[in-house]
Order: sequence, then structure tokens, then C-alpha cells
Amino acid sequence: MNTTFTRKHLLGIRELDAGEITHLLDTAENFREVSKRQIKKVPALRGRTVINLFFEPSTRTRTSFEIAAKRLSADAVNVSVSTSSVSKGETLLDTARNLEAMAPDCIVIRHSMAGAPQHLARMTKAPIVNAGDGAHEHPTQALLDALTIREQKGRIEGLKVAIVGDILHSRVARSNIYLLTKLGANVSIGGPGTLVPDDFAELVDNGLRIEKRFEDAIEVADVVMILRIQRERQDAAFFPSMREYAVHYGLQPRHLERAAPDVIVMHPGPMNRGVEISSEIADGSQSLILDQVTNGVAVRMAVLYLLAGGSPAETAEEKPPAKRQKRERKVNHE
Amino acid sequence: MRESSLLASIPAHMDFVEKARIMDGPRINRALARLSSEIVEENHGAGDLFLVGIRRRGVPLAERMATKIADLEGYRPPVGVLDITLYRDDLSTVGAKPVVNRTELPGDIENRNIVLIDDVLYTGRTIRAALDQLIDFGRPRRVQLAVLIDRGKEHRELPIQADYIGKLVPTKKSEIIKVMLQEFDEEEGVVIVERPSETA
Repeated sequence: MNTTFTRKHLLGIRELDAGEITHLLDTAENFREVSKRQIKKVPALRGRTVINLFFEPSTRTRTSFEIAAKRLSADAVNVSVSTSSVSKGETLLDTARNLEAMAPDCIVIRHSMAGAPQHLARMTKAPIVNAGDGAHEHPTQALLDALTIREQKGRIEGLKVAIVGDILHSRVARSNIYLLTKLGANVSIGGPGTLVPDDFAELVDNGLRIEKRFEDAIEVADVVMILRIQRERQDAAFFPSMREYAVHYGLQPRHLERAAPDVIVMHPGPMNRGVEISSEIADGSQSLILDQVTNGVAVRMAVLYLLAGGSPAETAEEKPPAKRQKRERKVNHE
Repeated sequence: MRESSLLASIPAHMDFVEKARIMDGPRINRALARLSSEIVEENHGAGDLFLVGIRRRGVPLAERMATKIADLEGYRPPVGVLDITLYRDDLSTVGAKPVVNRTELPGDIENRNIVLIDDVLYTGRTIRAALDQLIDFGRPRRVQLAVLIDRGKEHRELPIQADYIGKLVPTKKSEIIKVMLQEFDEEEGVVIVERPSETA
């Protein structure tokens, strides 16, 4: 097992082992202190450029990556889809190659297609961070969730974690299932039958329980993670109406009566208040939703430090073949 | 960058030739006692003092000196911890990313007399990083430097000298000073070791 994280990219949690995850979390934990300083900046990535390439709307994640980069003294550049040449018909790969020609040290990508970051990682030289790809993975969210749990409970191993809501469309659920089971938590998932697919059982070898009744998942939980109802992905009729969802699957204080007395509630945001989570819980003492956001910056600082902090000599060495490729492409064009 | 961290990154199977044992436990203790009383004398008491240990071995040294100052003055100055990793000037050239540890400065350093404490002063680059980091936390009235071992001015790569020196040990570049403290090591002592490959 690895005890450090030495990968070039962060594409998902699935391919990581427990040691790599723990190293990421330990590093993030030590970065938390930087954000509490009066001068919230360290020179670790001075002169480095981080590009945030967001093909899906995002406030929290993009801001979080931007702040993380800036607190490490890197220059953060945001490219969002509405203002990019993607709207003029450019392919993902061409966009990435053009950005790469400006020599970034890391590209953070969010895309509605699962596999987009993996595709970029194969085709470009810069380290790639997956900031959410379709319904596939959202590794930094799972890491910040784990950091929040560890901060609160002191451990991950042996905890009972319930992930409830729209599991089907959730990259947060997938990344969390991988991460939490790798670190030895017992995860149960629950929600409406249409949104809790049975084939999730195949994601991991053990540590995952699928509950059709969402109350059964929450019962005796140490941690309850509520997922957002993804209104933008509800084109098929997975449930009759938002109102009906709120009545049957919205987390209410009564649901937590049978959970562990020190149960904590998390939500990756943005919340649909009064739908998947009642305001009473969202603003209550058990809610760690804002701690998650704070920890998100620390996690992203750790990830950028570990990925973009490397020796620039590596990229310089790879440059000649890239130039040849460019010439070949030109020839093909002509 | 620092002997201690350099040593930690070298695989255990590489045996170092121990050339000389220059300090044992009691001598370290006596050196720290002298440094502590010099610090108190120079700063006219312990009132404005704030000791800051540089990770890793500067930290237990700072703690021990704070205790000795408390014995002398009846007041224990606060002890902070600096992890200089994020301020290193070789971050972009070192292969594996160094492990980041936490910096903890209890209380305000504004207008305090800071004493930076480390085990070995060699090139001065660690101290440069520590100074840069310290200034990001505020504006101390004065910053001084105390080290257990000074390897000599000829190794310095920056204009940095120590105000309080436990022992001056002129060394060759191929030699490594190994400070061992009970908090991290099985024994107490300071030895000079040499890398066998470089001497051969």
C-alpha cells in the first residue's frame, strides 16, 4: 500500500488505495490552518498557473478551487462554458490543447460527460483534477466529506454512514462510496427505489448496503449524507413531484430520532431547502454543511500542492515530441 | 535542505560512518541551559519572549528551553511551531513533494521578541523560509536565532547568522550532523556522520 500520493492526476477515488487517500486527508488537515491566518497565503505554488475549466455551472466548487490556488500563490484562471469558444463549436480536446499551449501547471475540469477528465489526462501533459464528471466521480467532494467526518468523529473506520437521496445521478455518492468503504466505513444507501439502483452493489466488494426504505438507511447512522435532488437531470419521471419527494424523502428531525445521538448531517450543496432537507436540520446543530465548505478549500489546496507543485523539468523534457505532433497535425490538415 | 529531513529521506539500509560523537545528553542539556540564560539576559527577562521551534527537532529544543527559562524567571514564554515546507525555495525542484505539517503560533507575535530555534544551522535557507513565514503572521519587534549546532559560516548560502550557538562545529560538506533527541530518536546526542559513497 502507498503511504504517499504521487500520482500525476486526480481523476477519481476508485483507483486510489487507502494509504493515498489518508495521505491526501493528512495533507489537507495541515492546510486547514493556512485559511485561519490573518494573511491567508503561502508561497508554495508561486509562479504556477491553475486553469479552472468548467463546462457545468458551479459556484462552490469553482470558487473553492480558485481560492485554494490563490492561497497557494498560484495564478488561477477561470474558463466557463458560456464565455468560451466551446459555444462556438470547439471540441473539448481542442479547447484543452489550446489551453495547454499557454503552459498551465494544472487543469481542473468539470464536465457533464463522465470520462471527460480521463480523456484529457490521456491527451494532455498538464496534471488534471476531476472537479465532477457527469454522474461518475467528484473526488475532491468525497475527500472534503471524509475530512469533515474525521474532524468530527476522529475516524472513518467502523462508522455507519447513510447516503440518501438521488443516488442514481450522483457523482458525490459514487466517490463517497469508494472512499468510505476503502477506509473501512459501513455505508448504506437509500431513497426512492427509482433513484437507488441495485447495481450499485457491484461498485465495491464489501461495506455497502442498499436499503429501499430510506428510514432503514438512516437508522443507527453516525453520519447522514443528504444528496441534492438534481432538478436538471429529472427529465424522466423518477418521482411524481418535488412536493411528494419532500413529504416522503425530505430529511426531517423525526428521522434522526433513531440515529446515533451524536449523528452528524452533511450535504454537498447546493441545497434545495424544504425538498431533500428541512431548514430545521440544515441550520441545526447536527449540520456540518458549512464545515464541509471550509474543508473543501483545505482539500483542494492539498490536491493542487501535490499535483502542481512538482518539478517543471518534467514538462520541459516532454516538449519536443509535442512539437512534432503539432507539425504532423498541420500536414494532415493540408 | 535540513540535515534532519535529509537524513529521514535516506533509506535505512544506507549505513553512515559515524566519525565523531560531539555531544551526549548531559552536554546538550548544559548547552540549552546556557542558551536559555543568554536569551533571558539579552532580552532583559522573559516578559516579551516568544520561542518558535522549527519542525522537527527545533520544536523539542524550544520546549526544553522554555522550561529552563521558566526555572530562571518564573515565567514560561509561549512556544510556537513553524513548518517551513510551504516556504521552501526548492519546492519546484525536489522530486517527491515534502510532507506538509502544521504551523502553530499560540497568540500574537506582534511586538514580541521572537527567538527562532533549530537544531542545526547550515546553509541558512531553512531560516530564510522561517523568517518569511513568521513575517506573514505579524510584525515582531525583534527576531533572534538560537541553534544547538552551527556548522560554520563557510557553508552559508544566505547572509544569516545565529545569535545564540550551542556549539560551533566546523564540518566538511560531505559530512552530516545528526542531532538525536529523545522525542524522536532512541537516544540523545549529536554525531558527525559521513556518506560512504561520497568519501569513496
